[in-house]
Amino acid sequence: MDTLLSELAAGIPQTIAITLASFVMAAVLGLPLAVLRRSGAWWLRLPAVVVVEILRAVPPIVWLFLIYYSLGSGDWLRLTTFQAAVIGLGLIYAAHLSEAYRAGLNAVPAGQWEATRALALPRGQAYARVILPQALIVVVPPMATFAIALLKDSAIASVIGATDITFHAVQLTQQDLNGLGNFTVAGLLYIALGVPFAIVARSADRVLSRRLVGS
Amino acid sequence: MSMLSEWRDYLPDYLDGLGVTLELTGVSLLIGLPVGLGLALAMTAPQRAARWPATMLVEIGRGAPALVVLYFVYYGLPQLSLTWSSFACAAIALAFTTAAYTADIFRAGINSIPVGHREACQALGLSRGKELRLVVLPQAIRVVIPPLVGFCILLYQGTSLAFAVSVPELLSRAYSQASITYRFTATLLLAGLVYAAISLAAVALMRARWPRRAPSIASGALPAGRPASAGTSKDTPSDRRVQ
Repeated sequence: MDTLLSELAAGIPQTIAITLASFVMAAVLGLPLAVLRRSGAWWLRLPAVVVVEILRAVPPIVWLFLIYYSLGSGDWLRLTTFQAAVIGLGLIYAAHLSEAYRAGLNAVPAGQWEATRALALPRGQAYARVILPQALIVVVPPMATFAIALLKDSAIASVIGATDITFHAVQLTQQDLNGLGNFTVAGLLYIALGVPFAIVARSADRVLSRRLVGS
Repeated sequence: MSMLSEWRDYLPDYLDGLGVTLELTGVSLLIGLPVGLGLALAMTAPQRAARWPATMLVEIGRGAPALVVLYFVYYGLPQLSLTWSSFACAAIALAFTTAAYTADIFRAGINSIPVGHREACQALGLSRGKELRLVVLPQAIRVVIPPLVGFCILLYQGTSLAFAVSVPELLSRAYSQASITYRFTATLLLAGLVYAAISLAAVALMRARWPRRAPSIASGALPAGRPASAGTSKDTPSDRRVQ
């Protein structure tokens, strides 16, 4: 059991690295997507809608294959499995997070927008100083939930050969044929790694439900 | 060599693969949905002894990656001297994931029914079975259909994981074409298009049918942060634009 854990633990850094790097990328890209989707101009809205829908309509594993085998193995671009996994998951989750951001932006009372107009704040300033600070708080619980989903989806990176927990579990199983034990431990590792996010989600939820009563 | 003519060559094989994909989706739903409903009923049962094993199973099913569950079944069953086809392994694993996720959806539906209704049933002396059949489930079904449809789309995409245990579904066909022709872009792009076409069509149908926005498809993240009571508008913002 101890040796088993240490074998699989070798994959923990890669799993965490893929999850965190993709999450940062998704959090950064998701916001402009959400803001574009709320724009009044259709030529700004349409591309954002198309990007989000296409990213979500194709299975993550297919994206990773496309990015790793087709985009990332040409003459001009060579991607490692880690880079391909982060780019793929980062893009997919940018689409998911943009929906969470959008929900957060929609949760800001209309009066806040009206107030920024009354003060003649430019749209950019209105977003930066009034709307976003209020919207981002609402986004925390869904963000944490998406982080858990991303952690679980990072297992897919093992299929293109990223050396994460799942990859190590497959390798080990091919040596010792103990699939039941190895994948039980692997599953428990993922569940354990997800716990901090779950705690963040739950406590943020509690804080929010106190704050938003009557809003 | 244009991509379109290549695609014409691949398409028959891909459509066979799509058939397997849809079959896998259907079988997983057939097994997973009833189990999910059973788990939801157990989770909302008055007896603690029924509640915690069900909750435990659902937490495992939702907490472990579907791919790990799939490998567990595929590599683990032979140890119990059960040898099943990779299709059967994929169906079992996906059915388990389906059960765990839909249990949560069903539970939210059951909890969305006002307590007064259940109290009224008890006041009328209905048995628990009758209470569920006549009062709870008919009302819950309306609440759960949109998220269930959303989950079906997720599951359809999730069947692509079966590639990892060599089920000859859509992605496997694309990959084997690619390994013959070395044309990864053309082969994988077509697979992506076929997946997208069906997903997008299903999403469009869903939005047309339930314009009040069914939960968006999110890989495994939803239904999340969703309050059990459908009555709060706290974090189920409709797509209202600023009026």
